[in-house]
Amino acid sequence: MQYLISVIDDTAGLATPEEDAAIDVFNERLQSQGYWVFAGGLGAPVSATVIDNRGAEPMITDGPFVESKEYLAGFWVIEAADLDVALELATEGSKACNRKVEVRPFL
Amino acid sequence: MKEAGPLAAVARAHRDEWARVVAALARRFGDLDIAEEAAAEAFATAVERWPSDGVPANPGAWLTTTASRKAIDRIRREDKRGDKQKEAQLLHDDDPSGPPGPIDDERLRLVFTCCHPALAMEARVALTLRMVGGLTVPEIARAFLVQESAMGQRITRAKAKIKAARIPYRVPSAQDLPARVGGVLAVLFLVFNEGYLATGPGTDPVRHDLTAEAIRLTRLVRALLPDDGEVAGLLALMLLAEARRTARVGASGELVTLDEQDRGAWDAALIAEGHRLVRERLATRVAPGRYQVLAAISAVHTSARDVRDTDWSQVVALYDQLVRLDPSPVIALNRAIAVAELDGPEVALAAIDRLENRLAGYHPYHAARADLLRRLGRGGQARAAYDRAIELAGNTAEIAFLTRRRDQLG
Repeated sequence: MQYLISVIDDTAGLATPEEDAAIDVFNERLQSQGYWVFAGGLGAPVSATVIDNRGAEPMITDGPFVESKEYLAGFWVIEAADLDVALELATEGSKACNRKVEVRPFL
Repeated sequence: MKEAGPLAAVARAHRDEWARVVAALARRFGDLDIAEEAAAEAFATAVERWPSDGVPANPGAWLTTTASRKAIDRIRREDKRGDKQKEAQLLHDDDPSGPPGPIDDERLRLVFTCCHPALAMEARVALTLRMVGGLTVPEIARAFLVQESAMGQRITRAKAKIKAARIPYRVPSAQDLPARVGGVLAVLFLVFNEGYLATGPGTDPVRHDLTAEAIRLTRLVRALLPDDGEVAGLLALMLLAEARRTARVGASGELVTLDEQDRGAWDAALIAEGHRLVRERLATRVAPGRYQVLAAISAVHTSARDVRDTDWSQVVALYDQLVRLDPSPVIALNRAIAVAELDGPEVALAAIDRLENRLAGYHPYHAARADLLRRLGRGGQARAAYDRAIELAGNTAEIAFLTRRRDQLG
């Protein structure tokens, strides 16, 4: 079963060197113990571009599709047996990146 | 004396076997929804069949087997479109005699799944009452003054989350167990308190159905986790409160405070059982958690034949212990109320006034202040405090009591 761990940020700053180091340690644990699928950090919301090609012409607009104080700063995709395992890893991940995280199962 | 007749046997089986049947099916089919529906159908079948066929020798086994067949029927219906392989698997597994693992573990799994911290508190309460307690959705809706459809949705959503997020059907690891047991006990205590201090103008001040259900479920959890001190503590706490239930509300529907209760009307058997549990925990010499300390405080109160015999220094010492475990302002308030009996209302009032910032919206804070101000002869301030307490209180018996006290002020 795969879970998405979203990193929710409400500050403007990037991760500090200490946070980066803690994230590296956490990532190594995910990899060595077989939980790792994929992970990444995202550019700030101002760097986002929205495309809507549901109509006749593709529409390209600048900026994130929702303006909010909290935004997605990065994510992990993990493989875990059940929610308890995912929650345990997410709890460590939150500590490592020093941000709030959200856990959601993939369908 | 046991009730007679097949329908009484169904009622008894429902009380004793519901959780076991749901738990066994949930384990076998890995789906709470199927387990719940099939269990309900099996009991409905028992209502139809037992009066003519007779009550089976082993009602629990009969119900589990019948429910398993219902579940397989449902899965087959849903699988008509394809998945023949899955159907074949289920057929191979059609063996009612061999449930995997000890049966008690299955009920415990059910309890921990229903009380999982990833579910909202109100969903945990509803799910536990439905899956473990066997209450119907309309019964739970009535208990919490919620529309039936809203309660049904709450339970459906919780079951959907358990399935989609794969909340495990498992007893937590030893390392997580204390915290997770704490979560289960919080659910049970909430059910009990909703019965003991029912809120809302349209309800009885004490809802015996809810207190009784909370006690029944806590007894079950105690049977499953006999060595857990906090489970024993919570059960003792509930029993010692339940023992005073009838003495707590007067004929006029007014709350009767502990010092004015007719102690002869307390239930001696429940008190004896509560005291026995508290003594057992003391004898283990394991440091008690908060429920055990709260139960010990109740035990001191219920040991006094007359309120004047209350060992207040013991009560305050136990509150001191509780403050160290739980430094919340509510505990500090209750400690101050006990201090009033030991050191006088003036000392207590000074302690209570320090809690104002944090408890200004909590009616017991204003009720306790009002009482102390009344005893100190400060009528005007007492009246204002009673007014505030009445405004914030939700329990009809308590409002009646506070109103009378206020109106008796000179």
